[in-house]
Amino acid sequence: MTTATLEKQTPAKQKVMLVEGNEAAALGVALARPDMVAVYPITPQSSLVEHVAKLIADGRMDADIVDAEGEHSVLSVLQGGSLAGARTYTATCGPGLAFMFEPYFRTSGMRLPIVMSIVTRDGITPQSVWGGHQDAMTVREVGWVQVYCETVQEVLDTTIMAFKIAEHHDVMLPVNVCLDGNYLSYGTSRVELPDQAEVDAFMGDKNVNWHVALDPLRPMAVDPLTGGSSGRGPSTFVRYRKGQCRGMQNSLRVIEEVHEEWANRFGRRYAPLVEDYRMEDADYAIMTLGSMSGAGKDAIDEARDAGKKVGLIKIKTFSPFPVEALMKSLRNVKALGVVDRSVGFRWNCGPMYQETLGVLYRLGRHVPSQSFIGGLAGADITTTHFHRVIDETEALLSTPASTEPVWLNEKD
Amino acid sequence: MYEVRFHGRGGQGAVTAAAMLAAALLEEGKYAVSIPSFGFERRGAPVVSFLRCSDKPIRQMTNIYAPDCLICVDPTLTRSVDIFAGLKPGGTLVQATNKPLAEVTLAPNVATVGLCDAIGIALQVFKKPITNTLMLGAFARTTGVVSLEALKRSLEDSDFRDAGLKQNLLALERGYNETTVHTIERRAVA
Repeated sequence: MTTATLEKQTPAKQKVMLVEGNEAAALGVALARPDMVAVYPITPQSSLVEHVAKLIADGRMDADIVDAEGEHSVLSVLQGGSLAGARTYTATCGPGLAFMFEPYFRTSGMRLPIVMSIVTRDGITPQSVWGGHQDAMTVREVGWVQVYCETVQEVLDTTIMAFKIAEHHDVMLPVNVCLDGNYLSYGTSRVELPDQAEVDAFMGDKNVNWHVALDPLRPMAVDPLTGGSSGRGPSTFVRYRKGQCRGMQNSLRVIEEVHEEWANRFGRRYAPLVEDYRMEDADYAIMTLGSMSGAGKDAIDEARDAGKKVGLIKIKTFSPFPVEALMKSLRNVKALGVVDRSVGFRWNCGPMYQETLGVLYRLGRHVPSQSFIGGLAGADITTTHFHRVIDETEALLSTPASTEPVWLNEKD
Repeated sequence: MYEVRFHGRGGQGAVTAAAMLAAALLEEGKYAVSIPSFGFERRGAPVVSFLRCSDKPIRQMTNIYAPDCLICVDPTLTRSVDIFAGLKPGGTLVQATNKPLAEVTLAPNVATVGLCDAIGIALQVFKKPITNTLMLGAFARTTGVVSLEALKRSLEDSDFRDAGLKQNLLALERGYNETTVHTIERRAVA
């Protein structure tokens, strides 16, 4: 306890540098000391794995790198590495993520604590290489933990924390660190680089896949055929699935603990699940995800200066959805506007809005709400857009909400 | 908050220039963020990049729509692009050109102009029309927002694709020394 206090007062000396988000992620990966990295570069994550490859080539990172022939192989290679007890990492986005979907599903089912950055990108078609959350949102129901970063510094810090969260024995699940394609991946910003010895102390002893380490001297089968409708199949399958769900729920606690530990050691405190920004006495709120949140907070400050009682709720952990934490943030909110950077085709609204509707239902009182969709395929979400979100959310206090989403960039 | 928008053509290094300027501002203890415009960048096509700096941490990771300063690293760009869109009143233009002030395209919001024959100097220094480090020198001379020394240190930490550090340091210095700064006097609107 005394040590933690001391560390808080004198956070370890950290080198200040200027890096793009992709390089920040790569530096975070290097500090976490993975044993194996597999890559297949695709825009906008290409420079991320190029930075990783360079760190390895320069001898600043001691990991095996596999340049596979495609993303399906990338994740399959890492599964082998992870099963053998290695700490493993990769990055992908958009079509690359789509191509690795089969092993992506298997990774969480096999409880492999692989860390993978998703440099988020909109979906095709129409053809687009630009940012958006559609790729990560599309795979949100496959049992990976998914966290979204707001700043370049948060990308670096969260990439390291992701390994600790994934490998925690109460979690043992793969983690996606999502950083917005283009705005964060190629946005260049000041970061503080944590000291390697401090990161080593933070990470503790490496103990990956203690439950199923492949060993040539002790051959074993993994991922047996199970399920079906007879014998022990059904109950075995249910046990697997329940375990996965328990791991997801446990991760909410572990994500909080790891962020707390990070804050104590390195002096940078991030809201682990849900961030309340100027929510004290707020009558209504807007919700954000990822790099758009900075402009959102600036707009909230301006609205507050103009006398509006509005706050911002930012989701960091999207999967598992932080239901309890969000209920707490929403407890006094009388109207809510949710800004998504992707489309939920089934409900004609943003996916985060759709998830939030369930939380609003649990609140047990009616909260008028509106879905806003912006920033698709590289479009910008500026403070001007956020002022519109704030104004239209305020209007919900007196006029009924529309069932149609508001498309923020429709007339840009 | 001070906001700069770089205009150039693919291959001239406008995106790199924004990152180098951000690094120099960081050297001086400021917060800085640079963001490139996104697209299929190819040589010759108009490109923009953005830089924000402040004494406080910067939260907005967005493009810039109302810059304080424009740095145009290409002399022909104003023929095809409205580089002045959104420029704040009393704003600054740092323009690569070999023309005198009277022949340079301006807009009503421009109050300070820095002119540098960046192409001419670049052809001497690099034998190629790469103007980005030259125009950083011109920016430092015109605005004083960043010091020449900080820019030098920033260049020393950069990787250059088309030329060496020595040439770029020379270009930076010549850009600084060979820029003329003009103040546009305008009668107040009655």
